[in-house]
Amino acid sequence: MKRHLISAADLTRDDAVLILDTAEEMARFADRPIKKLPTLRGRTIVNLFFEDSTRTRISFEAAAKRLSADVINFSAKGSSVSKGESLKDTALTLEAMGADGVVIRHGDSGAPHRLATSGWIGGSVINAGDGTHEHPTQALLDAFTMRRRLVGEEGAALDGKRITIVGDILHSRVARSNVHLLSTLGAHVTLVAPPTLLPIGVDSWPCEVSYDLDAVLTKSDAVMMLRVQRERMNAAFFPTEREYARRYGLDGERMARMPEDAIVMHPGPMNRGMEITAEVADSPRCTAVEQVANGVSIRMAVMYLLLGGSEPALSRDDTARTEENN
Amino acid sequence: MDDNSANLHPARPVLEAPDIKRVLTRIAHEIVERAKGADDVVLLGIPTRGVFLARRLAAKLEEITGSAIPVGSLDITMYRDDLRLGPARALAHTEIPADGVDGRLVVLVDDVLYSGRTIRAALDALGDIGRPRAVQLAVLVDRGHRELPIRADYVGKNLPTSQRETVKVQLTEEDGHDGVLLGVRSTESAAHTEGPEDTGDTEDTGDAAPSRHGTAPAG
Repeated sequence: MKRHLISAADLTRDDAVLILDTAEEMARFADRPIKKLPTLRGRTIVNLFFEDSTRTRISFEAAAKRLSADVINFSAKGSSVSKGESLKDTALTLEAMGADGVVIRHGDSGAPHRLATSGWIGGSVINAGDGTHEHPTQALLDAFTMRRRLVGEEGAALDGKRITIVGDILHSRVARSNVHLLSTLGAHVTLVAPPTLLPIGVDSWPCEVSYDLDAVLTKSDAVMMLRVQRERMNAAFFPTEREYARRYGLDGERMARMPEDAIVMHPGPMNRGMEITAEVADSPRCTAVEQVANGVSIRMAVMYLLLGGSEPALSRDDTARTEENN
Repeated sequence: MDDNSANLHPARPVLEAPDIKRVLTRIAHEIVERAKGADDVVLLGIPTRGVFLARRLAAKLEEITGSAIPVGSLDITMYRDDLRLGPARALAHTEIPADGVDGRLVVLVDDVLYSGRTIRAALDALGDIGRPRAVQLAVLVDRGHRELPIRADYVGKNLPTSQRETVKVQLTEEDGHDGVLLGVRSTESAAHTEGPEDTGDTEDTGDAAPSRHGTAPAG
């Protein structure tokens, strides 16, 4: 595996299956009375959040703490960033504090890549969502949830599974990461969205595109509903919310036409009544809550595989310091 | 996957299939004798080969006592003290029997006892799962060269070795046939042939010297 996790497209099929299998073991630890493992003792992980997020930050924090890492939470609000500090200076500060891993969420696409390749820091960089680019750990936890529900076998991928992703593809880093990862794992991905909410160049992605949800629904093993990102909607992408909900929202009637074992997924937070009705959101076929729980296992797996061994630590100049922490 | 080192440097068999069978039968009887009936015994094998040995022992114990013995596996990867000396390792299964380990006599089962570091890690892992009444250790081969104050309660065969030698346990479930091979390591680099499922004690001969400096006891 690489030293950083920036894009789901960087993962080979073997990498992805290894992460899913490792997460499966991590999930077993969650049932124990003592949920803590000593594996990352003495390592420091910084949660660098330039954009608001509750579930992702908490999930990363829980994962790091269960592996006994020291966690430093950094949010842009109320920090020196609001005083105008650049990403570079923030990174140099973190490096001086000895961060072994940096989890970064940033509003601008490419910020994690910049951080990882600039030489500003020596630790591993994990992308926790950057602009409209990627959110690889979300895709991994989605794939983990699908494998558990649809395949139920460790060591397996998602070969031949038909996954439909519905909604605001244009602004969605979750969709982008999922398309890459799911196709790597052998699934057939179909994107369903109004033409205005599809990005330019979508025809070169390893997936199919449809404008008709009803036609695709009956041939889907999993339907992933994306949140309509009101905060990014500064242009008119569809006439009214009611029209969007009618054409691209998932209600009980549509769900009934899905194959019997098919699941409904949502990365959260949900807009009930917009892309998903309360009836669907609360049904046992909806895996939204399960996805949150699986997120901790996946993030533990990623942190263990990136930081648990010697490779990232030994590629640094100051190996003496990490050995001291042993 | 580690077999190529054995093929390149002719290895001498020290235990054959019938020997292993006899040895496991004896250990099973010793467990029953010491535990006065094995009523509260839980067998936990250390992956990979310790798990198969634990299952075989459980079958023998059931033959002897007439009642089923809970058997599981305990992966120690996350508790190793040499994690930072190599790339992150793939994890193996941990499966604790449904009734847990609290108040029971846990017998850890492994193939080779060498530095003792694997068992140290296993004791730490066990401490996070529950509080057994007592913990004992059963191994197929004890090859000496302990680096920690740890000893086995049940030993299949004491095998005096030099640190340049390798001990390779082969079991039908994993390798297609039963046997224990004693070979000689030719170069230092051969020390790094271990696969991700390696349990540590079987193959980490050459790692021992540098790891003593780089690894503070994690326990």
